[in-house]
Amino acid sequence: MQKNVYKGLYLVIAILLVLPFVLPNSFYLDLAIRMAINAVIVLGLNLLIGFAGQISLGHAGFLGIGAYASAVLPTHFGWHPLLAMAAGAVATGILAALVARPIFKLKGNYLAMATLGLGIIISIALRNEAQWTGGPDGMPVPAMGLFGFELSNDKQWYWVVALLLSVSVWASLNLIDSPFGRALRALHGSEVASQVVGVDVVRYKVAIFVMSAVFASLMGSVTAHYVGFVSPNFADFFHSIELVTMVVIGGMASVYGSLVGAVLLTALPQALATFEGWETVVFGSILMLSMIFMPKGLVPTLAAKFGKEG
Amino acid sequence: MALLEVKDLSIHFGGVKAVQNVGFNIDAGIVYSVIGPNGAGKTTLFNLITGVYKPTTGEIRLDGEVIHGKSPNELARRGVARTFQNLQICMNMSAVENVMVGAHLRLDRNLVKAALRFPGLKKRDAELRREAAELMDFVGLGQYVEARADAMSYGALKRLEIARALAMKPRLLFLDEPAAGLNPKETIEVDHLVRKVADAGITVVLVEHDMKMVMNLSDRILVLDYGKKLTEGTGEEIRKNPDVIAAYLGAHA
Repeated sequence: MQKNVYKGLYLVIAILLVLPFVLPNSFYLDLAIRMAINAVIVLGLNLLIGFAGQISLGHAGFLGIGAYASAVLPTHFGWHPLLAMAAGAVATGILAALVARPIFKLKGNYLAMATLGLGIIISIALRNEAQWTGGPDGMPVPAMGLFGFELSNDKQWYWVVALLLSVSVWASLNLIDSPFGRALRALHGSEVASQVVGVDVVRYKVAIFVMSAVFASLMGSVTAHYVGFVSPNFADFFHSIELVTMVVIGGMASVYGSLVGAVLLTALPQALATFEGWETVVFGSILMLSMIFMPKGLVPTLAAKFGKEG
Repeated sequence: MALLEVKDLSIHFGGVKAVQNVGFNIDAGIVYSVIGPNGAGKTTLFNLITGVYKPTTGEIRLDGEVIHGKSPNELARRGVARTFQNLQICMNMSAVENVMVGAHLRLDRNLVKAALRFPGLKKRDAELRREAAELMDFVGLGQYVEARADAMSYGALKRLEIARALAMKPRLLFLDEPAAGLNPKETIEVDHLVRKVADAGITVVLVEHDMKMVMNLSDRILVLDYGKKLTEGTGEEIRKNPDVIAAYLGAHA
């Protein structure tokens, strides 16, 4: 991978710096924050799906664990939000590691089914444990305090999320072009070849699965605090599918594709609101058409067209 | 003591006895070839020794240590490298990255250090890239260093696999039909390359159908037929052996 992949990062940072000053009102600022949050989740998921070639249809479940840890622990037990967030991430990491070993003995459709099941179990648990989670109605989340001052307005949230996104893009770029990242991509390219050069494939699959799950959990906490409310829909199957769609539309195994996918699919429902009632149909058609004409995703397709590496 | 000792090795797939009671020794520093008609069990034998299959019975020792039943990545740690008859190149990576993956076990594989771009790691990667480029030069792929793997010809990919195996700095290198599908010119180049590899002190085990190449390169030859060991010896001995002639020509010599 060439040096110029980091040029994109500077562009991302530049956009993030300018954006709040050109956005006309708080509606757009809110949209930008949600795009950035989704982008971080999708970056982690793309490492798993696009780079390591493993599917997860249960990632919203991990988001849910993080979000509910941030809702339940401070509300019912008086934990500090940061501590609750960390606890959610640790719990997610442990759960992901425990289920990953048996799950990664599976391949293809079976792996998809297993992760799907895991996500559904988490979402059902959140829905049913009503005395803690508020059940299907969800529950409010206390505000996030950082070193004495409270994150209350959208401007502050924007800068926090923008920082998280920039760091995530940087870390993802670093990871991909490292011995660890090459091992991931190699086991995607040829599992047997990566084994014979010494890659312990199960260990690597587990590691990246756990890492992307923890990413999701942390961003679940961030979302919960930002929105100020959690509901089980947040952890359900359709949200998992939405995240996978962002990876695929933006471009598998493309860092910048993850960003584009997250931005487009977060904005699209808003842009389609004018179609009133038909927006799901239009949304679905756009997804279908883009898969037919750009099966590799937006960014890799455009990059190939203009002769540059995604 | 031989570098590799194989005793009474067998594997059954259901009722099919793909390899039956095969035994042989390979001394360090030689080129050892395995030949036999199609379906004789050559690739299966490779897969057994390199840990892709687990033997039904029998024993494999590397430098005296029992290695059968160990996984391919554990064998990689012990200096066993291989290439594949059906190409196993990572098409999602560039050519030089494919070679760099070969050095996997010699690198710091820490996830956190990688994500935070530790300077030591970056420096080592830059060195490795140069090393990988030199290896590509060694196998005759110097002009492909910047190429994408999926833009290379079949013959070039065959040699890219050898470069990746060499990046492991192996003691024992298994080459599964390195000249299959190559034109005569490319075959001669691979012939020279295998000689260069052997001269560098790596013990080479070769499966190959090109008899000229086998006779040219091999210090010793093992002949398999229907999963069984037919005979073993030097090129001269094999050439004159009536059983071998019968197996290849189907005659009752």
